[in-house]
Amino acid sequence: MAKFYTKEHEWVEMAGAQATVGISEHAAHELGDITYVELPKIGKSVKQFDALAAIESVKAASDIYAPVSGKVAEVNQALNDAPELVNQGAESQGWICKLDGVNEAELGALMDAAAYDVYLKGL
Amino acid sequence: MELIFEKSVSGRTGVRVPLSDVPKAASLPEAVRRQEPVRLPEVGELDLVRHYTNLSRRNFSVDTNFYPLGSCTMKYNTKVTENAGGLFASCHPMLALLPGGDSLVQGPLSIVYELERQLAEITGMEEVTTQPLAGAHGEMTGIMVIAAYHKARGDEKRKYVIVPDSSHGTNPASAAMAGYEIVTVPTAPYGDMDLDLFRQAMNDEVAAVMLTCPNTLGLFNPHIAEICAIAHQGGALTYYDGANLNAILGKVRPGDVGFDVIHVNLHKTFGTPHGGGGPGSGPIGVRGDLVRFLPTPRVVRRVDGSYAVEDHPEGIGRVSDFFGNFAIMARAYAYITMLGREGLIEVSEQAVLNANYIMARLKEEYELPFDQTCMHECVFSASRQVQNGVHAIDVAKYLIDRGFHPPTVYFPLNVKEAIMIEPTETESKQTMDAFIEVMLEAAQLAKEDPERLHEAPVTTPVGRLDETRAARMQQVCCE
Amino acid sequence: MGYCPNTPDDIRDMLAAIGAASVEELFAPIPAELRAKSFNLPPGMSELELLRLMREKAASCGADITPFIGGGIYDHFIPAAVDHLASRAEFYTAYTPYQPECAQGTLQALYEYQTTICRLTGMEASNASLYDGGTAVAEAALMSLRITDRHKVILDGSVNPLHRGIVTGYLHGLSAQAVHVAPDGCASDLARLMSSIDDETAAVIVQSPNFFGSVQDFRELAQKAHDHEALLIVSCYPIAMGLVASPGEMGADIAVGEGQSLGNHLSFGGPYFGFIATRKRFIRNLPGRIVGETIDHQGRRGFVLTLQAREQHIKRHKATSNICSNQSLCALRGLIFCASLGRKGFEELAQLNYDKAQYAKSVLAAVRGVDLLNSGATFNEFTLVLPKDAAEVVQRLLDKGMAAGVPLGQYYPGMERALVVTVTEKRTKDEIDRLAALLEEVLWS
Ligand SMILES: Cc1ncc(COP(=O)(O)O)c(C=O)c1O
Repeated sequence: MAKFYTKEHEWVEMAGAQATVGISEHAAHELGDITYVELPKIGKSVKQFDALAAIESVKAASDIYAPVSGKVAEVNQALNDAPELVNQGAESQGWICKLDGVNEAELGALMDAAAYDVYLKGL
Repeated sequence: MELIFEKSVSGRTGVRVPLSDVPKAASLPEAVRRQEPVRLPEVGELDLVRHYTNLSRRNFSVDTNFYPLGSCTMKYNTKVTENAGGLFASCHPMLALLPGGDSLVQGPLSIVYELERQLAEITGMEEVTTQPLAGAHGEMTGIMVIAAYHKARGDEKRKYVIVPDSSHGTNPASAAMAGYEIVTVPTAPYGDMDLDLFRQAMNDEVAAVMLTCPNTLGLFNPHIAEICAIAHQGGALTYYDGANLNAILGKVRPGDVGFDVIHVNLHKTFGTPHGGGGPGSGPIGVRGDLVRFLPTPRVVRRVDGSYAVEDHPEGIGRVSDFFGNFAIMARAYAYITMLGREGLIEVSEQAVLNANYIMARLKEEYELPFDQTCMHECVFSASRQVQNGVHAIDVAKYLIDRGFHPPTVYFPLNVKEAIMIEPTETESKQTMDAFIEVMLEAAQLAKEDPERLHEAPVTTPVGRLDETRAARMQQVCCE
Repeated sequence: MGYCPNTPDDIRDMLAAIGAASVEELFAPIPAELRAKSFNLPPGMSELELLRLMREKAASCGADITPFIGGGIYDHFIPAAVDHLASRAEFYTAYTPYQPECAQGTLQALYEYQTTICRLTGMEASNASLYDGGTAVAEAALMSLRITDRHKVILDGSVNPLHRGIVTGYLHGLSAQAVHVAPDGCASDLARLMSSIDDETAAVIVQSPNFFGSVQDFRELAQKAHDHEALLIVSCYPIAMGLVASPGEMGADIAVGEGQSLGNHLSFGGPYFGFIATRKRFIRNLPGRIVGETIDHQGRRGFVLTLQAREQHIKRHKATSNICSNQSLCALRGLIFCASLGRKGFEELAQLNYDKAQYAKSVLAAVRGVDLLNSGATFNEFTLVLPKDAAEVVQRLLDKGMAAGVPLGQYYPGMERALVVTVTEKRTKDEIDRLAALLEEVLWS
């Protein structure tokens, strides 16, 4: 299944009605060495583009917004002890959480990989 | 260097505790007794003195190095004001709050009162309170006063505070702590808060707008009167962050311009030492109809010329236990009194001259994002050096090797690779010339030998430290 | 005059480099209509005149009064080394250690300070200081709101009333609720505190020793708070930590307090410092600067400001606090004070305070018509009930050179005859006996 991106540099990938969410490689690079990921509480419901989690590096902190609405089903516990996983693979082992009950129609408001690339070039 | 705890030898004792002249009492009940003695280091006095003397030598400081840390006003602090501030060491503040106790502490009360009068005249405000313990504490106190004002008028819908994006981080943080939501207005290409965007942001839910002037780019905003008028028209009050007052003593009084509340940083403008991070002191001044909301208690002067401590029942309550960081206030009072009117004006004139001199001498080599006459500080960007892979932080570290404390490089956030230089009035041309030479040298090295800058500092007890490791390990005390 | 060193020649050269004709020209960005309407200050003076003036003011400073007063601020002995070492200009005239390589002195000292605070309070993580005791209690309350995501704080009435005032002001702005639980005599009303805790409660705040001088066991209270996933905040008097169970031992989640008694002069109200320490798992919720250990590229140990992403210069309105300048130098004094006394000396000092207060208690409670109000243990303060209005008695004793204590009427309506007496190691047996004699005299002659 394809990945979609937000302007705030989150990515989302669907598997059935479940979405895996993280921050883009670009965002991870911009932040530098990640020192902490504040994971959302399991069971928390979020609307699309609401604050979902937060991420910190030595000199920066930023919110992570929900690319789609849903309910937090699972979080990447490994990040508690190894936030550097986000630097090692922001779009693979550095995923943040999984959302249930996602409405695929919301993906329409996001960019696909090619569009995101163009967007990054314009920054 | 070892930690003091690592120098501990079991059984060694330091300072002798006073001898007892009373019988030993029965011990405390078990349930409230401490189980183990506090694990403090066991060192002799000489161990202690060497340890902290040697530690101190690992610091740069104003008394040892030029310290042009922008936004922090690291001026030289005179020794006589140190002596003056130390004269009150044994005065217990509770005395002033005892029934009849204020008559015993007329000296310190007169300083609180007179310092408040001096600061009121300097800022053009009606009344001042010295209770806030630092600039940020003053900001919060000021915003609490503003909240009390709106509330007293039954105007409870106001829930926003407007700050420009160049504002110091404490401004939005203080307003948030006082319960407000923050609206941030971007900086226009001319270096000040964008007036049109500000107008759009103003509405009848805005409680206050907080401005810093000169702002953190070192620029004087000529539109401040207009901003006050727009804010007042919308029913909002205006807050002046006076941390940069060193630039405008005797030149501009925020109260005259139409600001409602101001805080000043005694530890910056009024020459008190910075203590490795504090203590500071952040008195606030307010216009006439806000006086009743100032914190309790107030020091007043009776008709017979004596001073008294009075409750201030309509005020916002207390923001600190007594009258503020008194020994710091006493130093500032001594400073203002010693310099007098002409001395204070000279401070601002020379501070502005020094900053413009450095700006003029460095702008050939360093990018100046806002190329206009500056006030007490100038802000460059290392953007040209970045093209050779050299960042502001590399220039900063090289300065350390050459014996200069670096300028501010992590702020303001709206200038990438900022290098914010505030020389202050107490530095001589010769000191600044030496600094300028090294800055130019760094610019040269950035082109020819960037590695030299990346490796800096090499003369310090430790090289660049791994901050990521620190943040991940969270080792904040020893076992 | 303004300690500006530049000569007229320097100034001329500098103006030439700038391309300005005069210094006044540099103020051209300030429009005429914004210029100061007044700047009416007297002319300056010389060092000699200044010192004369300041000494005159310092002469009426209550120096001849024997203080049996505390109320959070205590007259303790300060080893000479504290003043000498903390006055080193390299500590004194530096600022926040943003550039760690040239600030290892301050950073290592603050790391040692944090360690000292953790050991005193029985906690695992301390910051590098807050403004004072009152704002420290307030910051702890705000911290508990963030950790629990709740809005109610239970405030024990035996917490210093000045501090309670500050906490209430801080909570008010955030529309958080403060529930006040009145003390039971001189003690915290543990039963009522416990029954006030519910699933909305962020924290319970108590003080040890409390404002009346009483020392209590809060273990059960801690348990009850934890059962409801609420926190226990204990404000403590650091000198007492040499003898009295620490917040950590009693199960507290956050320990705070006023640090003045650790080597800081009375100075008519400041500067002092507040301390705050907590469990490691709450470290990201701490306000203010924190120093952490790390290494450089050669593996050498060094210290840096860490977890800065909590702070205002990065997180702005989402920061854990607005604090920027703190009370570093006062914290350094606290560290040097503790290190000069050391493990044994610190315990002896606490014992001495306790012994003297116990002696004073017995002598003063023996004065005709005077009763002791504390039913349980106390440290170096205790509460007496007098046969007359305590404020009047205090005022009359002040005339005789004795600050006999803090009368409670202004803080606790209904307790007009109660007086809190403080006895530190600096009060001699003679002074205590004299206080008893004068008290007897004022009450009965
Ligand atoms: C512009 C400005 N505002 C506010 C502050 C906050 O002052 P303080 O550090 O005394 O809280 C500072 C100091 O860092 C400042 O530079």
